[in-house]
Amino acid sequence: MNHDAYPDNYIRGILNSVKSIAMVGASPVNVRPSYFAFKYLAQRGYDMIPVNPGHVGKELLGKPFVASLSDIGRPIDMIDIFRNSSHIMPVVEEALTLDPLPKVIWMQLGARDDAAAAKAESVGIKVVMNRCPKIEYGRLSSEISWMGVNSRTLSSKRAPAPTQGMRLSLNRMSVGGGDTAASDRAAKNKNEQS
Amino acid sequence: MSDRLPGFSTLAVHAGAQPDPTTGARATPIYQTTSFVFNDADHAASLFGLQAFGNIYTRIGNPTNAVLEERVAALEGGTAALAVASGHAAQVVVLQQLLQPGDEFIAARKLYGGSINQFTHAFKSFGWNVVWADSDDIASFERAVTPRTKAIFIESIANPAGSITDIEAISTVARKAGVPLIVDNTLASPYLIRPIDHGADIVVHSLTKFLGGHGNSLGGIIVDAGTFDWSTGGKYPMLSEPRPEYHGIRLQETFGNFAFAIACRVLGLRDLGPALSPFNAFMILTGIETLPLRMQKHCDNAKAVAEFLAGHPAVASVNYAGLPSDKYNRLARKYAPKGAGAVFTFSLKGGYDAGVNLVSKLQLFSHLANVGDTRSLVIHPASTTHSQLDDAAKIKSGAGPDVVRLSIGIEDKEDLIADLEQALGA
Repeated sequence: MNHDAYPDNYIRGILNSVKSIAMVGASPVNVRPSYFAFKYLAQRGYDMIPVNPGHVGKELLGKPFVASLSDIGRPIDMIDIFRNSSHIMPVVEEALTLDPLPKVIWMQLGARDDAAAAKAESVGIKVVMNRCPKIEYGRLSSEISWMGVNSRTLSSKRAPAPTQGMRLSLNRMSVGGGDTAASDRAAKNKNEQS
Repeated sequence: MSDRLPGFSTLAVHAGAQPDPTTGARATPIYQTTSFVFNDADHAASLFGLQAFGNIYTRIGNPTNAVLEERVAALEGGTAALAVASGHAAQVVVLQQLLQPGDEFIAARKLYGGSINQFTHAFKSFGWNVVWADSDDIASFERAVTPRTKAIFIESIANPAGSITDIEAISTVARKAGVPLIVDNTLASPYLIRPIDHGADIVVHSLTKFLGGHGNSLGGIIVDAGTFDWSTGGKYPMLSEPRPEYHGIRLQETFGNFAFAIACRVLGLRDLGPALSPFNAFMILTGIETLPLRMQKHCDNAKAVAEFLAGHPAVASVNYAGLPSDKYNRLARKYAPKGAGAVFTFSLKGGYDAGVNLVSKLQLFSHLANVGDTRSLVIHPASTTHSQLDDAAKIKSGAGPDVVRLSIGIEDKEDLIADLEQALGA
């Protein structure tokens, strides 16, 4: 997979197929991006599991925190890593010990570790780096268009008005895949330097 | 689902617009409302904290305006856009995100006269210092760079003479200096030139001109190319540092490659207030649907009129980049192969008096201070749009006393030429 630019169909396929998502680095602080990405994905019907050893014993939107991926105790479809690039590898290594393996490992906006990605891909896991699943879900459903964002999709179909807990259709016509953005290049450069 | 890339005309009609979820209305409705109800207190808090997608208040965002924003972002190839009340408002909002008092930005000297005034006087009172450079001398931009430089500002097709700017050469200077390149693409429209393809980081427009196209609605827009890394060196604290007005959110960290457009909305538009009326957004959206058709006709007519004027004995010179003899023809063929725009100047052998006489005798051309209308327009910049400049600055910016500016409309070109012929003849 070329991690500089993902085809919309790759992202769409992942978001349409995964049901459970473990978020590593989820924060109970309601102004952190991980908190509101967690909340949004839960509202869109994903089965969310917060992973953060610093908050075991607490809950995030009614879901109990677990200390590590191996503590989840049931199969999970996707791992969303809300950690800096330098903390990605140990999480991926832990993910590779799970049975069954997760189908997808997703690294948040700003996070990229090509070596960790290659390791996961070598056992058939799909990898996304330096993207936010909330932004991509909002973009492909065009829900993000309320913010003036270019969804890079078109549709002549009437969309249902979104309500709490509702899944939105991501199957709009794409009008051009993800070009490499400066943020991708910057993250890649930082990664190569370290 | 195929990832096929549709053409420009398809995007001009469809991008951003979809049948209304509630009513099924196919044309984009005019959401003429100030505010939007919240589902509950938690929903309201999420929206105010920038944590959820949705509408709060029309000064921050409006569904009609959002369609316009996505459409222009798509046409320009940007990641996001923000519509505002005018082109001037777009410029204030952009620079507010980039400059602190005492900072500098470099601007091309050949600019719309209103922008020259805004930069020289209004922005000076904010402590934003403009440093002028010459688009015909790329090294003058390099020489103007200092540690306080925060941006470079140019027009793709420059007022008033329709000269073409070497966007790629200036974007190289901007990259080297580590500052974003802002391109005012008003006179070209994305149909003729897409500055982001040539290295622009931010594109601004007066939507009032060719995009709206009918001379009936003011508007402006800011397009984020998503190409600039705002995080380096704390140079752009509005984007890279925790924002106290939003519980310590860092915009670049949270919004990635459309963080600049979000900053313009939630720090600029929200606090400065130049919101676009949803009615104007609707008028401009309707205009954009025919942009490709109109723009080609504008350019074809302009070329025919420029050729006629170049051959007329009363005319001293014509500045139109679409003429093979023009100084900017090489750049026009590179950047704007479909046409060199529809705004240009010419000078009369009879000087100032002949210019005044011409304007008074024209029957179809309207004498007014706008460009990019369906109607053909004429103005004498030295006494109007550029009147606040001194004589030397007028000549430098291409608005000398003998210069007449035309904005060619989409009428029949034979009628435009006949009108000029009768007015020049007597």
